Parts: sequence; structure tokens; C-alpha cells
Amino acid sequence: MIELADLSLVDWSRAQFALTAIYHWIFVPLTLGLSFILAIIETIYVRTGNEEWKRLAKFWMTLFGINFAIGVATGIILEFEFGTNWSNYSWFVGDIFGAPLAIEGILAFFLESTFVAVMFFGWNKVNKKFHLASTWLVAIGASLSALWILVANAWMQNPVGMTFNLDTARNEMTDFRAVLFNPVAVDKFTHTVFSGFLLASVFVLGVSAWYLLKKREEWMAKKSILIAAIFGLVSSLLVAFTGDNSARTIAKVQPVKFAAFEAHYYGKQNAGLTAIGILKKSDRKIGNLEVNDFIFRINIPGFLSVMTGGDRNAYVPGINELLNGPSEAAKTMTVTEKIEKGSDARNALTNYKRAKMINDTEQLENMKAYFKTNEYADKYFRYLGYGFLQVPEDAVPNVPVAFYSFHLMVMLGFFFIAVCLVALILVLRDKVLKNKWFLWIMLLSVPLVYIASESGWVLAEMGRQPWIIQDLMPVSVGVSDLSTGSVITTFILFAILFTALLIAEVSIMIRQIKTGPEH
Amino acid sequence: MTIMISYLFLQHYWWVIISLLAGLLVFLMFVQGGQSMIFSLPVNDTQKTMIVNALGRKWEFTFTTLVTFGGAFFASFPLFYATSFGGAYWVWIAILFSFVIQAIAYEYRSKPSNVLGKKTFDIFLFVNGAAGPFLIGTAVATFFTGSYFSLDYMNHVKWVTPWHGLEALTSGRNLALGLAVLFLARTNGLLYIMNSVEDEELCNRSVKKLITNSVSFLVFFLFFLITLLLSKGFAVSRETGIVVMEKYKYLHNLVQMPVVLIIFLAGMAAVLYGITVTILKGNRKGIWFTGAGTFLTVFALFLTAGFNMTSFYPSAYELRSSLTIMNASSSYFTLKTMMYVSFIIPFVALYIWYAWKAINRKKITEDEMKEEGHVY
Repeated sequence: MIELADLSLVDWSRAQFALTAIYHWIFVPLTLGLSFILAIIETIYVRTGNEEWKRLAKFWMTLFGINFAIGVATGIILEFEFGTNWSNYSWFVGDIFGAPLAIEGILAFFLESTFVAVMFFGWNKVNKKFHLASTWLVAIGASLSALWILVANAWMQNPVGMTFNLDTARNEMTDFRAVLFNPVAVDKFTHTVFSGFLLASVFVLGVSAWYLLKKREEWMAKKSILIAAIFGLVSSLLVAFTGDNSARTIAKVQPVKFAAFEAHYYGKQNAGLTAIGILKKSDRKIGNLEVNDFIFRINIPGFLSVMTGGDRNAYVPGINELLNGPSEAAKTMTVTEKIEKGSDARNALTNYKRAKMINDTEQLENMKAYFKTNEYADKYFRYLGYGFLQVPEDAVPNVPVAFYSFHLMVMLGFFFIAVCLVALILVLRDKVLKNKWFLWIMLLSVPLVYIASESGWVLAEMGRQPWIIQDLMPVSVGVSDLSTGSVITTFILFAILFTALLIAEVSIMIRQIKTGPEH
Repeated sequence: MTIMISYLFLQHYWWVIISLLAGLLVFLMFVQGGQSMIFSLPVNDTQKTMIVNALGRKWEFTFTTLVTFGGAFFASFPLFYATSFGGAYWVWIAILFSFVIQAIAYEYRSKPSNVLGKKTFDIFLFVNGAAGPFLIGTAVATFFTGSYFSLDYMNHVKWVTPWHGLEALTSGRNLALGLAVLFLARTNGLLYIMNSVEDEELCNRSVKKLITNSVSFLVFFLFFLITLLLSKGFAVSRETGIVVMEKYKYLHNLVQMPVVLIIFLAGMAAVLYGITVTILKGNRKGIWFTGAGTFLTVFALFLTAGFNMTSFYPSAYELRSSLTIMNASSSYFTLKTMMYVSFIIPFVALYIWYAWKAINRKKITEDEMKEEGHVY
């Protein structure tokens, strides 16, 4: 049967993937958003013919290029790491997961790489309109590539549109539309892409604010603030809206994750939504899971009940009920029950493989017929992953990590709505220069927006633990059969390389900003 | 009218797509080939800058093709993806490492405050240029010579040497293909530089280097080819589906698939023609012949590896674990869905060609680089 891997190997493999993903995600959101901001600025240039706008476009394009290169560099590792470090997972899901990755290459990467060359080197070689179209195509290509990788990621959060093939021991796609229009995919794509737009807007606001504080490039900075504030405000509102949708979907398809990021241990009616909170370990335990209490909390009374159940009196199950029941309280099958079902499914799979080895055709046919029934698929197989868990608490992610990453992201998200709104008002009234304090806020928002953005991914990925594929496969089963030493070595190599490259990138970026646009 | 498409057809269709991408990738590795000569080819800084800029405007195509090659393999033959990447860990990690350092080197090398210094980024380009083609060539050679792995009944890979792929470097035949790919990339790199950079002295130096590099390519490639055709190969029995060793298997493949043989011979002829007209007549368009020839030759070699009941990723340790396009492929549904997606490829190729032409309209000179502004 599928073996559970050595824990330290799993941890190091996770650490390596997390390292790559975190580094990659430093650069991607800026690419996603800045490409559209560039396209907007260049459109204004083409419409007005004013060379100042071209100069502005070229300035942001230089920063785009510096960021784009390192995004590409870290991206290639991620794609191949599915194979190198998670080979069992790659086989288990390759039939589904590989398709979006391939489409990403064919549809999106070529679009980006072809037209990014025209964007950088085509100013004097192609006409204005062709150049402008190229800039737009780079922006569209970047978002398209995000679409496909997020479809793949959404499938890991909520596997749909497939069936399990016993003979090949893998999941096989049966419904491409279900994979593409997976509710998690729709939320994830919109939320992630808009968050990238917001990040880039805040980046542009911050850099422009720096110029104004230094009393340089006034025209350029004000125009940039105007565009970024509008683009950022719209994006930030969309981030909030899609984030809300996303949370509601998670409550349905990943209830334990939802309860974890709300630190909602015990179910109750009229449950409040935490706005700000600080956790502290208590003496209580749910099984072997330590329960955290709030030592400080501001909450919106009843809102969690409204969000998940439609009214204030709705009962919201906590981690305790989701793990141990009763079923009516959990509103779904409890983890304890799922472990039983998962163990049955795991045993059935082992028996099938045994029967196949000794070529017991009658047994095989009987089992096959049963496995094909919906009853088996719905009641047993979809909980296969639980068959690898020892105790129900194993199904709970790290609660403080999920809680803080979620709340930090949300809090900062609302802060950026305010930043964009105030920036827009000030720039429209031409008072942005007079409010030095706000220029500082815009500048200091830049590191904050990166923290918010990374927190989102920490929540998405750490919050899914212990699963590599929700309910179907824990990380410990998906990992490649390598020595821990090998993975530690590559982790260190990547950590050194990525850090060196990041230092170089930030240094170049700061220097280019200090140099400013060409005159 | 509904056309019934068989599973076997789809498996072959996707192997053709993989082979096409492989051909394209090796052609585009002229970028790497050129990079491997950035210290030896130019005689002054201006020439070096022109070479770097000529290659730098194309590096993303190679990179994207590599990524798409990986993605297409994952989607169409996921068992290969899981087995090879998870098993031959160190080879793939080394390849990836060399491409990571390439991706930033162009953009950062001449930017002020780049911390690591121009020389370091140029070394990055050199390392990627030399190691990339060599390691990819060596890894692909194992498609013919086999690797040391075993698959359990859940199709999980166990690599049986502790070297996790590095053992491929101990085989003369693997090394020969690795070196052949490297020297072919360098040959194409020289031809591309001659085609796109306007500098008489650089051109003359390139011709001299072209002779040594193309001869080296031929020596290593012929060694690999002759040993391949005379060796045993990994055949799949038509009756039982079991992988067995067959004498002269790859020679049989070429003879039994005359179209592949013709593509292969046409490819080799075009490679040689491009080199010859450049050396003898000073023609600057050799890249188009040698490049097209490279594409065709690699395409045909991949077809030889996977078609005609052959294992394309054999296990020399345990024959029954060998991968074929039948046992390693995705499901019928996925292959069919992906086939529809693949219909977009000609359109992609068309816009790449259009944009490529637009950028290459002017030859690279000192003035051209100043005019364009974005200089690597």
C-alpha cells in the first residue's frame, strides 16, 4: 500500500516548496498588476501623443523588467518541483493537474515571452499601435498564466471532475469544465489576480510618494498616483468582494480550514467574526490538539453565523464538532467518521491490488463492479486520504498560523482600500504634496502590501494541511522517495541562490528608482 | 459525422507533440550555445555586448519552450514526469539551477548596483550555456540507454542508485550525446550571431570557431548514433506488451519507419548544408538551414525513441518498469481534451514568427542598441 514517508523528509520537502513559492510570490503579483498599469499609461501616450507619457511608460517598464526576470527564474523551479519533490503526488493527479500546466505554457507563457520582447525592443521597430497591443498582450498573458496555475491549485483545495482508476492507481479527469469552473478556482483566480493589481498599485503609489517627498518628478509622480489610486481602489474593492466569496466557499468545502483560520474551536450559535485578535495557549485540549484562547479580541457579533448559515442564530460548528461530532452539530460527516471510511477505502484498494497480483479474476470483477458504484465513490473513495490519519486532530492545520495569516491579510486589505481612496481624493484635489504624512503612509504601505500578499498564500497552503490534495492525499504520501540529506542540500542551495538574487534585485530596483526616468 | 479517435492514436499524437517541442528546444538552445562562448568569442567589450544582446532578445523563447516541454510531458505522460523528475533528482535539479541563473543574468548584468557584479552574471550565462545543453543531452540519452529505477504496484518510483540520476554521467554514450548537443548548440549559436550581428571581425572569428565546433559535434554525434544503431534496444513485445531487449532495435525502428528515416536524413543534410555554405561561401543565413535541420533531426530521434513499440524511458534495472507511450500516458479523456488545446499551437507559432521578424528587422550594431535603449 502507499507508504507514509519519513517525517523529516516531508518537512524538508515542504520547506523547499514553501521557500520557492514564497520567493516566487514576491515577484509575480507585481508583474500581474504593473503590466496593466503600463498598458494603461501607454494607451494614454498613444491617444495623446504626449512624449511625457511615453517617458513615464518606459520608466515603469524598466522596473517591470527587473521584477519580471526574477519572477520567471523562480517560476521554473516551482513547475518542476511537483515532479522532483512530489513525484507520488504527480502521478496520482498528473492526469488532471498536468493539463492546466501545459495549457499555461502553450497559451500564456508564449504570449508573455513573445510580446515582452516587442515591448522592450520594439519601440523603434514596430508602429505605435503594434507596440501598444504587445504591452496589453503581456498583461493579458500574465493574468492568463495565473488563471491556469490557480485552476490547478484550486483542484488541490477542492478536487472535482475526476474519477479514481484502480488499475493505474490515480485520479483521471472526466469533466474538464468542472475542473475549470470549480467554485474554488473562480474565487482563487479573481481574488489572487485582483490582489496582484492592488499590490502593484500600492507599489506605484509608494514609489511616486518617494519622488514627491524628495521633491522630484512631480508631474510623473502625480500622474502615476492618479492612475494607481483608481486602479488600486477598484482592485481593492474587488479583492474584498472576492475574498468574502472565497471564505464562504472554504466554509463549505474545507470546513476545518475555515474553523482554523477563525480559531473557532467550539461550535455555537450567534458566532462572531473576529476582526482583530491575539491568541494564547489554554489548558484545554481537543484530543491532542492544544486549544488557544483569545487574550484580546474585537469581533463583529453574529457575523460568522450570518456568513455561513444566513442568519444570526445559525449554529457554526467548531473544530471540536468537525472532528468528533455529533454529526448534526458538524453539519457534515465528522473527521472521525471520515477516517473510518478512508481506512475502508484504503483497505479495499490494497485488497484489489492483492487480488490483481494473484490474478483472482472473479474477486477482481466483483470488486471492480462495486468500485464503479456512486456509493463507493461518494461515501468511501472521496475520503481515501483520511485512511492515512492516525487521530482526528491530524486533520487540523496549525491554528495560530492560519489565524494570524488570515487576519493580517484581511486587516491590511481594508487598510489599502483606505490608502487608495485617500490618495485618489488628494490627487484629484491637487493636495497630495501638502500632506506629507500621507506621502509617508503611501511609502510605508509598500512593505505592508507584500506582507498581506504573502499571508494570503501562507493561509491557502498552510491552511490546507495536512493535505496535499484535500481529503484525498496527505503530504506525507505525496512526497518523492529521496534521502532527507538530498532535500536539505537543495533547500540550502536554493535558499542561498534566491536570497542572493533577491538582494541583487532590490538593490537594482532601488538604484533605478533613485536614477528616475530618462530625460 | 463523429470521428472515433482511438486511445492509441492520441498517445502517438502526444508523442509527436513532445517530439516537436524537443526539436524546437534543441534548435532554440542556440542561445545557450552562444552564451557558452561569451568569454572566448568576442575580442572586446563592444562585441561582447552585441553578442549578449543578440542572444538576450531570444532567451525567453528557449526558456518558455523548456517550461512548456515540461508541462506537456506532465499532462500527456505523467508517469514519466513523476518517475524521471522524482528519480533522477540531481540531474534535473542541476538543469533547473542553470536555468534559474540564466533568467536574471541578462536583465541584471549591466544594471548599476547589481551587487554581484557584471562578471558574476556573465559567469551565470556561461554556466547555463555550457551545462544546460550538455545535461539535457545527457538526460535525453537515457531515453535510449536506460536508467536505474523500479516502479511498485502503485506506480511509485524507487531509484536504485544513491546518485539519483548522476550515474548517467558515467556512460560514454550518454556523455557523447550530451557533448553532441552542446557542440550543436554552439554551432547554432555561432550561426545565429553571424546572422544577427553586424560586425566583420566578429563574423570572421565565428567562422573559425564554427569549424572546430561543428567537427566536434559530428564526432560525438556519430559516435552516439553508430553505437545506438548497433546496440540492443528496449522493445515492447506486440503479443505480450512486455519490454524485452532487441538487437539493433533502433536501426530496425528507422528501417521500419521510412518516413522517420527520411526526416532524420533530411535533418542531418540540412545541418551539414547550413554549416558548409557558411564556411565555404560566407553565407550569413546558415542558421536557418542548420536550425531547421537540428529541429528535424531531434524530432526524428524522439520518434525513434517512442514509436514502433519501443520503451521511451526504459529501466535498465528492471525491464518491466520501463515506460512506454502506452503505459505512461494520461487517460483518453485528458489526451483528447489536450489535443483540442494543441490545435492552438500553429497560431502561437504564427505570432512568434511575426514578432520575431519584427524584432530582427534591423541587425544589431552599437547604434542600434543605443537607439533602442533597453540594453543588456
